[in-house]
This record gives sequence, C-alpha cells and structure tokens, in this order.
Amino acid sequence: MEALLLRASSYAADVDGVIHLITLLAGFWFIVAEVVLFYFIFKFRKKNNEKAQYITGEKKEEMKWIHWPHNLIIVCDIVLVFFAIKAWYHIKQELPDPDFTVKITGQQWAWRMQHPGPDKQLDTADDIELVDELRVVVGKTYHYKLESLDVMHSFSVPVFRLKQDAIPGRTITGWFKPTRTGAFDIQCAEMCGIGHGIMGARIIIETEEEHQKWMESLSGNSVAQAL
Amino acid sequence: MSSAEHHHEQSIWEKYIFSVDHKVIGMQYMFTGIAMALIGGFFVYVFRMQLAFPGMSVPGFGTVNPMEYNSLVTNHGSIMIFWVAMPVLIAAFGNFLIPLMIGCDDMVFPRLNRLSYQIFLVSAIILIISFFVQGGGFGGAWTSYPPLSAKSEYNLTPWGASLWLLAVALEFVAFLIGGINFITTLMNSRAPGMKMYDIPIVCWMIVIASILFMASVGPLIAGAVMLGFDQVYSIGFFDPGKGGDPVLWQHLFWFFGHPEVYVVLLPAMGIVAEVITTFARKKLFAYKTVLFTAAATGVLSFFVWAHHQFVSGIDPRMANVFTVTTLMISVPIAEMLFVYIATLYGGSIRFTTAMLFALAFLAEFLIGGVTGIYLGASGSDIFFHDTYFVLAHFHYTFVPIAIIATFAGLYYWFPKMSGRLMNETLGKIHFWMTIIPFNFIFIPLFILGASGQHRRIYNYQNFPDLAVPELQNLRVVATVALIFMILGQIPFFYNFIVSWKKGEKADANPWKAATLEWAAPSPPPHGNFAELPNCYRGPYEYSVPGRDLDYWPQNVK
Ligand SMILES: [Cu+2]
Ligand SMILES: [Cu+2]
Repeated sequence: MEALLLRASSYAADVDGVIHLITLLAGFWFIVAEVVLFYFIFKFRKKNNEKAQYITGEKKEEMKWIHWPHNLIIVCDIVLVFFAIKAWYHIKQELPDPDFTVKITGQQWAWRMQHPGPDKQLDTADDIELVDELRVVVGKTYHYKLESLDVMHSFSVPVFRLKQDAIPGRTITGWFKPTRTGAFDIQCAEMCGIGHGIMGARIIIETEEEHQKWMESLSGNSVAQAL
Repeated sequence: MSSAEHHHEQSIWEKYIFSVDHKVIGMQYMFTGIAMALIGGFFVYVFRMQLAFPGMSVPGFGTVNPMEYNSLVTNHGSIMIFWVAMPVLIAAFGNFLIPLMIGCDDMVFPRLNRLSYQIFLVSAIILIISFFVQGGGFGGAWTSYPPLSAKSEYNLTPWGASLWLLAVALEFVAFLIGGINFITTLMNSRAPGMKMYDIPIVCWMIVIASILFMASVGPLIAGAVMLGFDQVYSIGFFDPGKGGDPVLWQHLFWFFGHPEVYVVLLPAMGIVAEVITTFARKKLFAYKTVLFTAAATGVLSFFVWAHHQFVSGIDPRMANVFTVTTLMISVPIAEMLFVYIATLYGGSIRFTTAMLFALAFLAEFLIGGVTGIYLGASGSDIFFHDTYFVLAHFHYTFVPIAIIATFAGLYYWFPKMSGRLMNETLGKIHFWMTIIPFNFIFIPLFILGASGQHRRIYNYQNFPDLAVPELQNLRVVATVALIFMILGQIPFFYNFIVSWKKGEKADANPWKAATLEWAAPSPPPHGNFAELPNCYRGPYEYSVPGRDLDYWPQNVK
C-alpha cells in the first residue's frame, strides 16, 4: 500500500496492516480457487468419446472437498474480523486526549477549517478560519469536530487513511495524529451536488516552528477580524 | 386453458404487444433491458471519455459539464441495476424459463404478468423523460442520499430528482407483481412427478431472488414515499432542521440495497449451473448444498446492510457487528463457487460460447468476491469506502452477473427462443472481445482506488495528488478498454439478429440437455408443450453409468 500512497498518520499503518492481511488470506484462497478451476477446465476438456464421471457430490467422502475449505474459510474470517475490529476500534472508537481541536465544516462546495489561534483553544476570539486548507502540526494529536451546513459530505484524507461523513444537524468527533510533514489532498467522498468534483482541499502538515510562524504572520489580521 | 383458445388466430397486436404468454413477456423484458443497456452503455462511454480526456468534446455528446457528469454517472448506475440486471436476469429469464423448465403451459397469473411488464415499461419511459426535463436528469448518485436528493435548492434538478424517484418506485412495483407470479407458479404448476429437489437450480434461484426482493423492498418503498413527500411538500422526514434524520434513508436504502446484490447474483448463479452441467456432461455437485447455501446467503443478506455505512455517522460500535455478519456471508458464497468448480471435476467439457461465458463468470466473479472482503472489514473500509476500489469491486460482481452470465444464458437458450442456432465463431470472437477489455477496464480502477481516488468526480485535475500522469494514464487505459468492450458487442448484435432470422435450424434439444424446456419444440408454441410432460428424475442426470446416452431427460421414463 505504501508504494501506492504515502502514510501520514499514526494509524495509517494499522489500516494498511488489515489490507495486507486480507491480501494474504483472501489472496491465498483466490489463487487456490483459480488454479483448481483452470486445472479442471484443462484436465477435463472433452477428449474423444470418453464419458464424464457420475458424481452426485452427496457422499461423505465427496463432501469433504467442500467441508474442509468451508471450515478453513471460517478460521480465516475469524482472524480477519479480529484484526479489522482492532484497527477500527483504535481509529473510530478510541479517542486519545487531544493537543488541539479543529472544527471542520462542509458546505456546498467548500470546506471551512476553524483552527485554534495562539491561545491553543478552539472557539475563542483568536481562532483562525481558512477555506479549503487545514494546517496541522506534525506529531500532535488532534480532535476534529465535523459538521455540515447543508447536505452529506465526507471528509477524506487518503494519506491518513481517514474518512468520515459529515451530516447536517450533527457534530461528529474523531481524531488523527499526523506523522510526516507535507501538503496532501483532502477530498469530499460523498456526492454533494454539482460542485462535488471540485470540493477538494489541502492539508498542510508542518513543524511546530513553521506553524508558529504562520500564526504570527496572520495575527494582525485575525485580531482585526475579532474586533 | 382449453386448447381451443390456443388455436384462434391472434393479431400481431395480441401476439406481441398485449400478449399474456410468458415467453412473449419474457422477450419484452429482454429487449427492453437490452435497449436500456445501450443507453447505460452510452452514458458510461461519455463519462469515461471525460475522465480520460478532461474537457474534450466527446463524439456523439459534446463537452461534459459537471451537472451532466453527475447525471450520467447516477443514471448509468440506476439503469444498469434497475432497468438492465433486474429485468434481464429475473424477469426475462424467469418468465421465459420457469414455465418451460417446470413443464407447464404458462404462469399462474398471466394477466398480472402482463401488468408487471407494462408498469416496468412506464417506469423506463419516465426515467428517459427525466433526462430531458428542465434542470436535467437527477445527479445525486444512484443511492440518492438526502438532504441532497430531497431539496431542489441542493440538487438543482427539481424535475429530474422527482421523476427518477417515481421511476424507481414504479420499477419496484413491477417486480413485486412479477415476483408473486414466479413464486406461485413454481409452487403450484410443476409437472406431475417433479419434487422439490427435481426443480432446476435456475428456477429455484429466480424464486429465492424474488422472495429476497419482496422481503427487502418494502422499507425502501416506504422510504421512497417519504422522500417524495420531502421533495414535493417539504415535509422533512429526512431534514434535520425539521427534526428528521437523513441517515434513516441510508438504512432503508441499504436494507434493500444489499439483498439486491443477491437478487441479481442468484439468478446468474442459476444460469451458470444449467450451462456448466450441460456442457461438462456432469451432474451438479451437491445439489442440496447449492440450494441451502443460496437460502443461507439470502437470509444473511438481511443482516449486512450497514457495511455500506461504516463511516456514515452510525454508532461506531455497530460497525463491529456488521463486520462479523459481512464476513460470515463470504462462507456460503465461497462454498457455492467451490461446488461449481467441483462440478467440473471428472467432466467432459465442451467449449461452446455459452460454456466459455459460464466459466468466465466463475473466474471473474471470484475477483469480485475476494475484493469485497476489503470493504466488509471495517478497518480497511475506512480507507476504501467510496473510492474507485469499491467501484472496481462491484463491477467485478455486477459485470459477471449482468453481462457475462446473461450472455451465457442467451447463447444457451437462444435455440429455444428462436428455433435457430447462433454462429459459434462470431460467438467466440464476442466472448474474447468482452472478457479481455473487461479486465483492462477494472484492474486499473482498483489501482486508482488504492491510490486514493474517490468516486463521482468529473475531473481529477482539480486534485494535485490525483492529477499526476501515472494515474491519468491508468484512466486512459480504462477508457480505451471500455471502447474495445463496446465495439466487442457488435459481433453479438450482428450474430443475434442475423441468426434469429437466418441461423441454422435448431432441433428441440440441440445441446442434449436433460431439463424439461428441451422437451418442448423450438421455439415453443403458445401453450409450450404438445403434451404436458411428466417428470421422473432430477434435472442433471448426465453420464449415468449403464446408459448409452450421456443424458437422461427428466421427462423420459
Ligand atoms: Cu462532495
Ligand atoms: Cu452490501
């Protein structure tokens, strides 16, 4: 997975771990099934006037060919369920204490990102609001409060392996922890009307100093705004 | 019915337009479904061209604006599922095959059957009209989530959205009526001597599918009425500002939407069972297992719907329950595929075009099944949800179902439908020109999805991480392959039309198959059988030891 898409959050590797495990287990069954299928097709093609065999598939020793794979698949499923739920629990059900909280609001067709200002508190006068740009500090744990003003949107950051629908009338809280600096795509992942195709944004992950500098460069403006 | 009734001369009008004959109604469904498939195919051609060559003037359409793009993808999905897969797999094959295969003269309720088709036709016409009304066709995705679908100030298609909803609701009504007919006919009109386990699998599958459909669609019809009220009278069932809940629609939709997958899958599996047993000259391996796994899949399919909603704002604890049920459903499906593969063991396989399509169904559907696990497992679905990976996955299920299995069935029963044979060489050209491009379309889309590309976006140049040339090249590959696949259908249409009129004459049983439909003349007259058959044994008695012939028809003592 890493080869196709960078990982930039603490839990991206957990999601990729589930993906790799499925690739291994399901891939095994897939290859077995395809190989057997093509082998049978080749082996049992019509030759001269040889008659086919008469097999009902209802005798015990015939049924074992179905029962054994059946039981093994159940075992594989149990393993998969365990790891899938483990990753899910970590990402969606746990909520580690945050260093910062941001508020993300989807609307037709833009993302409004409300960042805490220099006081590090959300919903205070020095908050910084950006459109289609989210600025976060690498290595810090963030809570996001996700809202929508109109229709369903979905906040998706592929490099984080994170996705959450935004629902009008609700505030959904989740978390992430960026682990590498850079600028990456945010996409809206839910059809939201004519502008859905342009409802992208960028997430900018920077070091603490860079973030500080950025806030200072703005402080004049945002103070003015607050007044 | 008395035979005197059969022999009065029917006008063309009576015979083809207002017929109550199950075969004619089946053909009406078939040709309407194929016509709709051409529209759905044209739509995908237009929007795939836009994705590969953004901003170009698409030959036959012109430039594609975002509004049109949304409408094209929405209606491509709606058409292919509701107006192609369902009418062809359930209504066309069900109507044509069930009375013939269980050895009776018609459906139990022939007039109800005609009504079903007429309502279906009206629904198709309404859908087509919806593309041309003011504001254009509905573009809020085939899942039609509110509030987008509920308010015209959000979707900007005041007429398109409501007509789409009306068309879908009428389509459901048509299939409810048709389903009653299939179930009643299978239970009451079987040939004397045909016991439960003597019924051909395809008949069982169509009937199980009809039961699934009837049991799952009720809540969605209620939902459609509510959504209609929201659209027209702003009642607010799904409007949080008025105390409604938009996520409710998703539950109603997917409670139907997941069983719907099996509603079309099971008939396809049924068709494949008939074709592989005939051309492998083999008894179906473990008939009862196939039947029970189909039933188990059907029951389980009612408990998996929220796997479409893991990240949609439902309580995250719910996802764990639905991960378990979703992975559970992989067990009966895998078992069914193993049984089919096991059926080939010890066979004497003849590679007719129908058989090639049936085998390709197995090989390709496996890919669709396996990739579904990534989406059923909550942990990985967080990433894959609503990406092209999902899109590629379900096309690897729906294309084998609605296209590959349908072709297997068409090539197989064509002699029964028309009394003539199709050209096998053209058939094989058509086969390879369908299967090879199909894989070249969707394997690139798996890679795009895994690279983080989301669905329903008309131009990826707006997203810096997705605008890179490597990904754009994959989009071009998919589009070019699509064009090859579309061109690959020309030999089929040519073959179909020419063979129907001038093909080599087929006798009643050209494939030496054992089920009852082959005891009727080709094509079967009104009333089907010269003399209604008796049934003496199961449907797949091929290569029975000690018999000269390698098939033992159900109706031969
Ligand atoms: Cu959107
Ligand atoms: Cu589903």
